[in-house]
Amino acid sequence: MPYIPYLGEYFPVLIFLAIAVVLSSAMVGMAYLVARQKPDKEKNSAYECGFEAFDSARRRFDVRYYLVAILFIIFDLEVAFLFPWAITLDDGSVFAFWSMMVFLGVLTIGFIYEWKKGALEWE
Amino acid sequence: MDLLSLSTLLPEITLTLAALLLLMVGVFMGDRVTNAVTQFAVLALLLVAAALGATMWGVEADFHLTGPQGFVDVSLFTSLIKLMVLITAAGALLLATGYLRREEIYKPEYAVLVLLAVTGMCLMLSASNFLMLYMGLEMQSLCLYVLAAFRRDATRATEAGLKYFVLGALASGLLLYGISLVYGFTGSLSFAEVATALSQDSSRGALVGFGFILVALLFKVSVAPFHMWVPDVYEGAPTPVTAFFSVVPKIAAFGLLMKVCYGPFAPLQDKWLWLLPVLAAITMLWGAIAAIGQTNLKRLLAYSSIGHVGFALMGLAANDPRSVIVYLAFYAVMSLGVFAVLLLMHRDERMLETIDDLAGLSRVHPGLAAAMAILMFSMAGIPPLVGFFTKLYVFVAAVQADLIWLAVIGAVASVVGAYYYLNVIKVMYFDEPVAKYDRFTDGNLTGTVTAMAVLSVAGLLLIAPVVMLAQYAVHLLKP
Amino acid sequence: METFLAYLNEAPGTVLPGLMFYVLAIVLLYAGVMVITARNPVHSVLFLILAFFNAAGLFLLLGAEFIAMLLVIVYVGAVAVLFLFVVMMLDIDFEQLRKGFVRNLPLGLLAGVVLAAQGIMFAISWSFAEGAKEGKGPTVLSSATNTEQIGQVLYTHYMLPFQVAGLVLLVAMIGAIVLTHRGNTGVKRQKVAAQNSRRPADVLKLNSVNPGEGV
Repeated sequence: MPYIPYLGEYFPVLIFLAIAVVLSSAMVGMAYLVARQKPDKEKNSAYECGFEAFDSARRRFDVRYYLVAILFIIFDLEVAFLFPWAITLDDGSVFAFWSMMVFLGVLTIGFIYEWKKGALEWE
Repeated sequence: MDLLSLSTLLPEITLTLAALLLLMVGVFMGDRVTNAVTQFAVLALLLVAAALGATMWGVEADFHLTGPQGFVDVSLFTSLIKLMVLITAAGALLLATGYLRREEIYKPEYAVLVLLAVTGMCLMLSASNFLMLYMGLEMQSLCLYVLAAFRRDATRATEAGLKYFVLGALASGLLLYGISLVYGFTGSLSFAEVATALSQDSSRGALVGFGFILVALLFKVSVAPFHMWVPDVYEGAPTPVTAFFSVVPKIAAFGLLMKVCYGPFAPLQDKWLWLLPVLAAITMLWGAIAAIGQTNLKRLLAYSSIGHVGFALMGLAANDPRSVIVYLAFYAVMSLGVFAVLLLMHRDERMLETIDDLAGLSRVHPGLAAAMAILMFSMAGIPPLVGFFTKLYVFVAAVQADLIWLAVIGAVASVVGAYYYLNVIKVMYFDEPVAKYDRFTDGNLTGTVTAMAVLSVAGLLLIAPVVMLAQYAVHLLKP
Repeated sequence: METFLAYLNEAPGTVLPGLMFYVLAIVLLYAGVMVITARNPVHSVLFLILAFFNAAGLFLLLGAEFIAMLLVIVYVGAVAVLFLFVVMMLDIDFEQLRKGFVRNLPLGLLAGVVLAAQGIMFAISWSFAEGAKEGKGPTVLSSATNTEQIGQVLYTHYMLPFQVAGLVLLVAMIGAIVLTHRGNTGVKRQKVAAQNSRRPADVLKLNSVNPGEGV
């Protein structure tokens, strides 16, 4: 493995991950090992504040969620492109600045398009 | 970054600006300006084509210009392929208006997507770097997926779009995998540097990478056995989109295939050249045999286009890119003409798509039937129509490259193919008419049919100049 | 044991990453297999998210910090959510889709064997072109962080592919709207200007109604 300087900064994440694995497996595992298990039909059925379940939890989603989600992904990616740009702005490259402006300009036109089309409105 | 290097991108920049402008006009003025938007898009395509043609005038054959940071490299070859793409795209867009209006999907987005697809094609043709190639290819593919499903309320169109998307995404994945292998083994994405690295040491890893890239490109060109998507997509997509698919992306993808084969992978030529004759033979035979049982005209034309791709690939297999360009140029003429005929025929506001619907066309519309017959004869390769001469041209190229067996297979495939082309003519001329057709009102379509039929007859006179142009254009391709 | 400790002393920070590589790779493979074998499609998507996280970890070990974070933000944060939407949007009987599994198994195995053979072809001829391992891209400051290095070249040297990426995103926007958006007809919207400019004189009418007569 090559030596990568920043990896040390991720060491806390690793510790956190280890604690999470130990803790969660302990909680689930103990419940299996220690508790007495006597399942019946009522215990296994879905609990909905004491009511009978109204209908199945597997409801189909409206296609409009999809449109919102895909537009979100597009702007998510746009923002992802902004990160390296933002932290290298003080290098003083005017070209890089305008490069990003053109990129944003194209996507702003797309934004105006979807705004005018009403794709961002729910009703 | 200087202005000269940016000027290599002028066609793409112009097309992008036109697309953005039309998008804004379309969304602010609403669907009522669709006609103006579409006409402006056609105008933009033709103007860019004219400007591009003008820059090709009087230029030395070995002229080429490198774009910003070496990502693009334009030469006479890329300009000629782009010219073909632009003109055929303008033609295909003109064909679409009547159909879209009838189906009530006449929206400005159609023209915008066509413009953006053509921009993507021009970008990928200009590319001299695999990163750029991928971006351009993805841009055009994304537009094409949407266009295939443009009639979104029709199940078949949605299915066509989805099938095209899933298989196209698979091909893109293969392409990326191949590119990453080539990058890993040669250390560069630039065409020139890959070529240098491969000429010094052709490692097997890079060869496998090239295999993946080749498969992805052959998929886009729809060479058998990577053609499975073609019949379903052609049948399901709206007919003007099918007309577009059968010509424009094919020319662009073929151009890209040639640029990649003779560019970065030229040093590996002895390792890929043997493969192409085999693929060309399979494609020609499959296109001819599978078409026989078809009753749907669009499916028939899908297999016909596969067959024609096989013939064009024969030119490449014979190591003669010139003949590929000539073949594709006149294939585009015939294909656009046939689709214009298909778009003209409707009965009771319904598109006619099966061969039986053509029955007795000669008695109802003798002019249209004659034009269709000319186009079919030309597609079958019957002299003295242009289809015969372009076929002859690739046959000669194959024979000269000592691929006599391939020329024989090609001849067999054309004979088999002639059966279903002639069958269409038989149905038009000798079967009893079923019912009357609706009146033709679309001047674009009748004009296109006439022009393409005339070109198929007069193409004989045009072949020599086109060959000359192709000869110039491929100057830089072959080492 | 002594040599192991000596190794640990000599190269601090290399053993743990090496170990983590195997942990991440094994979990990644497990998650990948589970994505395609899990019976419940929602479980498949959750395993996919696990796979994304592990791949992000592998990218970190490779030194591609920005890509790792992008994988978490874009793939886990957005794409996986979209997958869940799609899985829940389509009421597909996934058991039905798996019916052909056994029948198509030989074909799948054949493809697998071919791919494995190609892998072996690599393994026995691992020859790189000169300078391939270093890469021949543009030069960046080696002292900068990974994200800064990307920032130094993405907007200048890679300006052209970057702009085309913007166009691809634009096409995606247009495509998504063309294919899924339906015009909102019959929707009541706020018309702020019209509402503010309403005057009582225009819309109100006072009637004096005599008792017993009605309006």
